[in-house]
Amino acid sequence: MRATRAEYCVIACAEAWRGAGEVLASPMGLIPSLGARLARLTFAPDLLLTDGEALLVRPDGTPEGWLPYRQHLELVAGGRRHVMMGASQLDRYGNQNISCVGDWARPRRQLLGVRGAPLNTLNNPTSYWVPRHSRRVFVERVDMVCGVGYDRAAELGGAARYHHVERVVTDLAVLDFATPGHTMRLVSVHPGVTVEEVREATGFPLAGPDEVPCTREPEAGELRLIREVLDPRGARTREVPDREGG
Amino acid sequence: MTDKTMTAEEAVSRLASGMTLGIGGWGSRRKPMALVRALLRSGIGDLTVVSYGGPDVGMLAAAGRIRRLVTAFVTLDSIPLEPHYRAAREGGGFELTEVDEGMFQCGLRAAAQRLPFLPVRAGIGSDVLRADPRLRTVTSPYADGETLVAMPALRLDAALVHVNRADRLGNGQYLGPDPYFDDLFCEAADAAYVSCERIVETAELTKEAAPQTLLLKRLAVTGVVEAPHGAHFTSCAPEYGRDEEFQRRYATTPWPEFAARFLGADETAYRTAVREWRKEQER
Repeated sequence: MRATRAEYCVIACAEAWRGAGEVLASPMGLIPSLGARLARLTFAPDLLLTDGEALLVRPDGTPEGWLPYRQHLELVAGGRRHVMMGASQLDRYGNQNISCVGDWARPRRQLLGVRGAPLNTLNNPTSYWVPRHSRRVFVERVDMVCGVGYDRAAELGGAARYHHVERVVTDLAVLDFATPGHTMRLVSVHPGVTVEEVREATGFPLAGPDEVPCTREPEAGELRLIREVLDPRGARTREVPDREGG
Repeated sequence: MTDKTMTAEEAVSRLASGMTLGIGGWGSRRKPMALVRALLRSGIGDLTVVSYGGPDVGMLAAAGRIRRLVTAFVTLDSIPLEPHYRAAREGGGFELTEVDEGMFQCGLRAAAQRLPFLPVRAGIGSDVLRADPRLRTVTSPYADGETLVAMPALRLDAALVHVNRADRLGNGQYLGPDPYFDDLFCEAADAAYVSCERIVETAELTKEAAPQTLLLKRLAVTGVVEAPHGAHFTSCAPEYGRDEEFQRRYATTPWPEFAARFLGADETAYRTAVREWRKEQER
């Protein structure tokens, strides 16, 4: 059973929560949500999930707890959470922007706003999901720092004691910040993607060797869960279309 | 005991241009839209609006009523970017104070507790502090010495919220899964106007619902407005979900055209206009 690009992305997102323990998984977006639920159903059974509103639910939808927004924000501050946010822009240190494009004072394009990114990044592990890996997203400098990256965190002292950006998953690759200077590193490419292609789509030099491994293959049981249980209607392919050779 | 019931128009008549106004709900969820519509029909403007923003902010921004907005986001949820808000912001239509969701909550809490600020580990390191140079940090006086943001109190002249039930005295009840921050908005305000789906006798509030659904205490409520479907087109669980079809219409119609067709003279006119629009869709 050959996996599609979208399914490699689901696996790569799920891996962000491996070993997270009994914490809340907060995925933003479809593929991260599939990843979190897959992790919960397989190798991270202690994860907590929400219904996107005020309930904590088991993967089958059975409520097991109450988490209205006011408590959700408290829980972020308490740190028992790993969030995977989107990013309109990301730089090499993991500074993230979801607020606006252009000068903040008079933006060319108003986006969502900072939302909870400043709180998230200083208080619980954070990962990012980028459905279209491109130079528009991976930029030299982000226009408005919402999620705090490693260079900014390094200047903060004690306030950064819980800062950790775990990984970035895109439609092309998996990246992290496990380098001496905490600059972004290429960890794996999804099958069918070349290292050259990833570097070309990134607006700054990426750390990492020229030979990087492929993102791991989904196990047969994982593929079955994705296809038959989590996303039987195939919505994942709308977020990440399948491509030649991958 | 004071009967606090009034019409939406009476509530709005107690507001004035230049005020700082808090609006409850979250995104496109349980927004006090009937009160916002009444506000739009009045001439009141030059407002500082404090809101976890949805179409309340979109409409007030489009109508040019906002001088300054304090928010962490503006969204229609199922439509992530609020088009009328975007247009106003990109056109430089108002001043923005952009804070994190957690900072916002701290600001309301500080106001409710009559504190000048509350410390929060959020904002520091991000450009939130650069965008608003008035924000200050505070250093922990204990051994850790951590630097935190001193989120200033978001004190409000008035708050507008919408809940499922209220009695005539101002005790307010939510029956959905999330209280959002509506109690905090009321407590942070000098005056709070609560619209509700239905006004009931006090005893009826807890006949079938648990006491913890009693979100708003009458000591923090100034006026009670009965407004069935008063959150439309945002959601008001469990009584109705978001009117997605109408929200799409709102999002894709130029504001002057939308306002001319739907705002009407009062809520009755609004509901009639929405009903007629729905009939057209079904044809």
